[in-house]
Formats: sequence, structure tokens, C-alpha cells
Amino acid sequence: MLLDIKGLEVKLEEEDKQILKGVDLEVEAGKVHAIMGPNGSGKSTLSYVLSGRDGYEVTGGSARLDGVDLLELEPEERAAAGLFLAFQYPVEIPGVGNMTFLRTSLNAQKKARGEPEVSSADFLKLVREKAKSLQIDPDMLKRPVNMGFSGGEKKRNEILQMAILEPRMCILDETDSGLDVDAMKLVSDGVNALRDAGRGFLVITHYQRLLNHITPDVVHIMSDGRIVKTGGPELALEVEENGYGDILGEVA
Amino acid sequence: MAKAALKQQKTDATEARLAGLRLPESGAWLREAREAALGRVQAMGLPHRRDEYWRFTDPTSLSAAEPAPAALFDPQEAPLFDSVDRLRLVFVDGVFDAEASDDLALEGIEIERLAEAGAKDIHWARDVYGRLEAQGHEKTDRPLAALNSATATDGVVIRVTGTPAKPVHLVYERASERADAVLHHVVKVEQGASVTLLETGPGAARLSTGLEVDVADGAACHLVRVQGRDHERRAETSVFARLGTESTFKTFTLTFNGVLTRNECVVELTGDDAVAHIAGACLGAGKDFHHDDTVFVTHDAVDCESRQVFKKVLRNAATGVFQGKILVRKGAQKTDGYQISQSLLLDDDAQFLAKPELEIYADDVACSHGSTSGAIDPEALFYLRSRGVGEVEATNLLTLAFVAEALEEIEDEAYADELRERLAGWLERHAA
Ligand SMILES: Nc1ncnc2c1ncn2[C@@H]1O[C@H](COP(=O)(O)OP(=O)(O)OP(=O)(O)O)[C@@H](O)[C@H]1O
Ligand SMILES: [Mg+2]
Repeated sequence: MLLDIKGLEVKLEEEDKQILKGVDLEVEAGKVHAIMGPNGSGKSTLSYVLSGRDGYEVTGGSARLDGVDLLELEPEERAAAGLFLAFQYPVEIPGVGNMTFLRTSLNAQKKARGEPEVSSADFLKLVREKAKSLQIDPDMLKRPVNMGFSGGEKKRNEILQMAILEPRMCILDETDSGLDVDAMKLVSDGVNALRDAGRGFLVITHYQRLLNHITPDVVHIMSDGRIVKTGGPELALEVEENGYGDILGEVA
Repeated sequence: MAKAALKQQKTDATEARLAGLRLPESGAWLREAREAALGRVQAMGLPHRRDEYWRFTDPTSLSAAEPAPAALFDPQEAPLFDSVDRLRLVFVDGVFDAEASDDLALEGIEIERLAEAGAKDIHWARDVYGRLEAQGHEKTDRPLAALNSATATDGVVIRVTGTPAKPVHLVYERASERADAVLHHVVKVEQGASVTLLETGPGAARLSTGLEVDVADGAACHLVRVQGRDHERRAETSVFARLGTESTFKTFTLTFNGVLTRNECVVELTGDDAVAHIAGACLGAGKDFHHDDTVFVTHDAVDCESRQVFKKVLRNAATGVFQGKILVRKGAQKTDGYQISQSLLLDDDAQFLAKPELEIYADDVACSHGSTSGAIDPEALFYLRSRGVGEVEATNLLTLAFVAEALEEIEDEAYADELRERLAGWLERHAA
């Protein structure tokens, strides 16, 4: 199993607030899983806990990537192991150029995996090619990371990072929010281009719209810190039409 | 303590300190200048913790008769600006080393040793030596600068008449653990001329430098300084610059380590449309690191621009101080004055003390100042780590980004790049 989450329970470190109350989720290599669910149900928390953000305490359960215990690893080790999170709110970093950021990230991962670093020339070529396919203006690459980027540009920048880092397991947290129709298509094409037998996706979204472009194999509904229902693509359509009321009523 | 008692205490301490003092032998005009400077020290008294601009920094070890010894340090790296074609003037423990220095002849610039210039009956330097320093006390006493003018044992006087093909590099080396060096340089950049000065190295266990720069109309002076990495060294530097019409003065100082550094910079914009940029960055670790930038910019003409940009990276209980003032005199309309001082505190024990001030007597001016103190942004750090960048490397990257704004003040990219590399090296070595 590529990503294997069992009974994951998470509370906030600072407060006595349980957010994840036993999440069970398996993502196989080659598959796209979608997670939908009401605001505040714990979707972003799940993605942050998997990527190793501070501020949470795991009180139970496990999360493994290719059999490796993710929760034991530092965030950078998880990245080197192949985990990638496209942030719901990408972070602005003044003073750090986008190119420096991309190259440092790629080389850090390569180094951690014992692979040779990429040369400047190869790196430039790689970035130019990927940026072009996402229609990212080369000028944007010269600016500091996400500084002055529009909401949609930030999301495209996340996908650019994903395309360059080529992670095994990609988590996309509301990458569709803030995207116009054309950008949604570009981003989806970017994701679809990466779909292959060895790679898994976990796509968090509120809208069926994205799933029209990135057809999921499995759809999960998350509510109050648990996966409460799992089905095929038709589950997303059901949410789109009727909201969460029926589904949540059914499982309650 | 009552004011009178404090004053008496200062007078007594100053008299005791100056009692055995003998001014260096010099020719007529220089002797006069030294005596006048000594008179200023006596009148002002040596600095005291209670003085307004010494509250954050203890001056005792700077004004004491004897310096504290400081271990010699071999940085084991290439000398700074080694790849630049430059005219090197080497001082070892504050004494000019002619052998180690380059030939002083260079088109567009006249360089003399202070003692030679001082021995002449008539010399242009007479109108600058101690003069800019004396004017610099108008609002605030700067007794250590006056003491420097009085007691400097060596230095150079430089007159720039054209645009010399290379920069002049003042190299301050050390040989002894106990040297107390007092250097004073005078620079006059004539109308339309332009020069770049580089100044690097620790210089002595205790180094005092005075630099007076007279920038004539349409002239330009760039000064890039890097203070030595010797952990135990102390330094007190004073730069006084006077700017004529449409002239430019830009300075950047990078400081690594040292137990105590006090860098004062006093700039007076006296001609219209003059531009002054004063910037600096320091990196220090440990409770013994104390770094103080004290800047005073006076606008006394119309349409002038001044910028102060200071960044301090402090770790492990290090202390940073910034005291910066912009004074806009009556009639100095259209003044554009900017001041920012920021510290990056890499742990909870480091501290930054700031005293930003504006004093404005003109009504049509744009002046702003700001001071911030903060830690590494945890969101940015996590973002980098989530992309695979290790914690130390990510912290260093964010630290370099923090300092980058100050480095941008350096006009010449090549110098900025070299300093950036040194910074990165320091960060790597000091990584937690
Ligand atoms: N650091 C925090 N401090 C306080 N509350 C938090 C924190 N992080 C998460 N929460 C709370 O945990 C719950 C789950 O938040 P989370 O961001 O995971 O939801 P979500 O499913 O991603 O919602 P949305 O669809 O709005 O993005 C919310 O009630 C949220 O307020
Ligand atoms: Mg969310």
C-alpha cells in the first residue's frame, strides 16, 4: 500500500481539542482518491499531520508511506520519502527567490536519497519546460516565493513544485479554490500528466468541478474527524446535488 | 545620582584617563587639530552608561586606558575582495606596513600617510581633519571620536581628483593579542570625482577608527566594510561624512563576531540633491556578542535623500543595538528620509534594542522609520521543510533572505555577492 492510514487520532498540541477521531484511509499506487467534507471536518489537518507540521499531537493510529512510519520522520524526510502537499494556503517567503527555492528543494531531496544533484543547466531546462506547460510567466519565477502572486498563481506554483519534485504521493488541498476556469484546466492537466502507475493522489476539494477534470477512482467523505463514507466518483456528484445532509444523516 | 554628581564623576574619570596621555608627535597643523580634539574630549567627558546614547552599550572597555587582550584568530579563508584589482593599504595592529602594501601611486587619487601630511606646513587635510568630527557633536557628544582625532597614531589622507581605476582597500591585520590601534583617515573627494573604499579586518585587540569624508559637489564615495571575525576583539568606529550638492555617499558594513562593536556614522547633507545610504548587517552568536550601530543623518539642504537600512542576526543571547536619527533642519524641504532597523532573533535569549528618532523642522518632507524584531517565520520554515529542505538549511536560507535587503544597498553586485557568500559560510559554521 502506498499510503496507509489506520485509526489516526490527532488533537491540537496547545488545546484539548480532538480534531481527527480515527481516520482510516488507504491510497494505492496509480490511484486518485478524493476527499470531500464540510468546512472544519479535518481535511487540512489530516494533510498537515501527514506532512509533519508542528502544533498537533497524534494520540492514536498510524500513517505509513510505502510501509515507512511517516509520523516518526521530520517534514523534510517525509518529502524525501516522496510525500508532497500542495498547500491550501501557499506561504509567501520574502527574500527567497522562487528559482532558489525550487532548486534547493529538488537538490535537498536528491541528496537525502543519495542521488546526484541536478546541474544548473539541467535544472533551468526542467523548470522552463514545466513552467511553460502550466503557463507560468518566467518573470514569476524570478520573484520571491509566492510574493505578490495572485491566488491562482500561487496554486499553479504549487503544481509546478509538484511537477519538478515528482513525488510518489501527492496531496492536493483545495488546489482548485481560487482558480478560474482556464487555470483549473491547466492545473488538472498538470496533475493528469503526473498520473502513472507508481504515483498516488489524495485530492481534497469541495467541488465536483475539479473532479470532472481529474477523475477520481475513489471518493471519501470526511466529517467531524472521520472518513464516514467511501464510494466511487458518483459520490461526488451526489454531494454536488444534495449537499452533505443526506449522506451525513445516513451515517449518523 | 544627581546630575552635578554625575558630571563631577565624569570629569574625574576623564581627567584620570587623560592624565598620562601624550599626543603623538606631529607637525604644526596636525598638532593643533589634535589639541583641539583633546580639548573637546575634556569638555565633553568620556562616555558614561548614563549618557543618552550609551544606555544600551557599556563604553568602559572602549575608553579604558588599556585594552583587554584578544586571542588571534585565523579565519582560514581567502582574504576578502581578493579577486578584485585594488590598491591595498595594509595596517598591522594599527601601524602602516609599507612592505605589505601596494604602491600608493594611482591616477586620479593622492594617498599619503597621515604623519607625512601632518609634517607639511600647508596641507588640504587641515580643513577636514577633526573638523567634520567636531561638527558631529552638535546635537550629541561623541567623545570617543574626538579622542580618536587627538590620539590617532596612523592613518592615511586621501584626495580623490578623478575616477581611479581601482578601489582603495584598507586592510586591518593583527599580530599581537594586546594591540590597541587608533587609526584616523581623511578622505576628500573633489568635485565630480568618485571613489570606492574597502575596509576589512579586525585591526587590533581594540581598534578605534575615525574616518572623515568630505564629498564635494557631484562627487561620489562608496565605502564597503567588513569587520573581522576575531571573537574577542573590540572595535569603535566613527565615520563622518559631509555631502555637497548632487553628491553621493553610500556605505555598507558587515560585522561578524567580536565581543563589542560600536559603529557610529554621522552624515550631513549640506548641498541640494545629495544622496546618502547607510546600511549594515551583523551576525553574532553568544552572550558576549554586542553590536551597536549609532547613526545620525542631518538634512540641511533641499531635495536630499537618505536611507538607513540595518539588519541584525542574533543568536544565543547575543545583543544588537540600533540608534538612528534623522534630523531635518528648517528649510530642508523635499527631504526623503527612510530608516529601517530589523533584527532576527534566532533564539529566545537574544535581544535587540532600538532607538529610532526623527526630528523635523521642515514641513514638506517624507520621512519614515520602522524597527522590528522577530524570529524565523514558522510557516515559511515548514513550507521549506515540506519541500525537502532540512531545518538547518531552511533556517539559513530564511536568514540570508532577511539580510538580503541590507545587502541590496551595496551598489556593486560583485561585492554584494562576495559578502553573501561569507554570510552563508558563517551561517553554515554557526548552524545550531
Ligand atoms: N491550530 C489550530 N487551532 C485551533 N483550531 C484548529 C487549528 N487547526 C485546526 N483547527 C480546527 O480544527 C478543525 C478542522 O480544521 P481543518 O482546517 O482541518 O478543516 P478542513 O476540513 O480543512 O476545513 P475547510 O474545508 O474549511 O478547509 C476546525 O474546527 C478548525 O478550526
Ligand atoms: Mg482545509
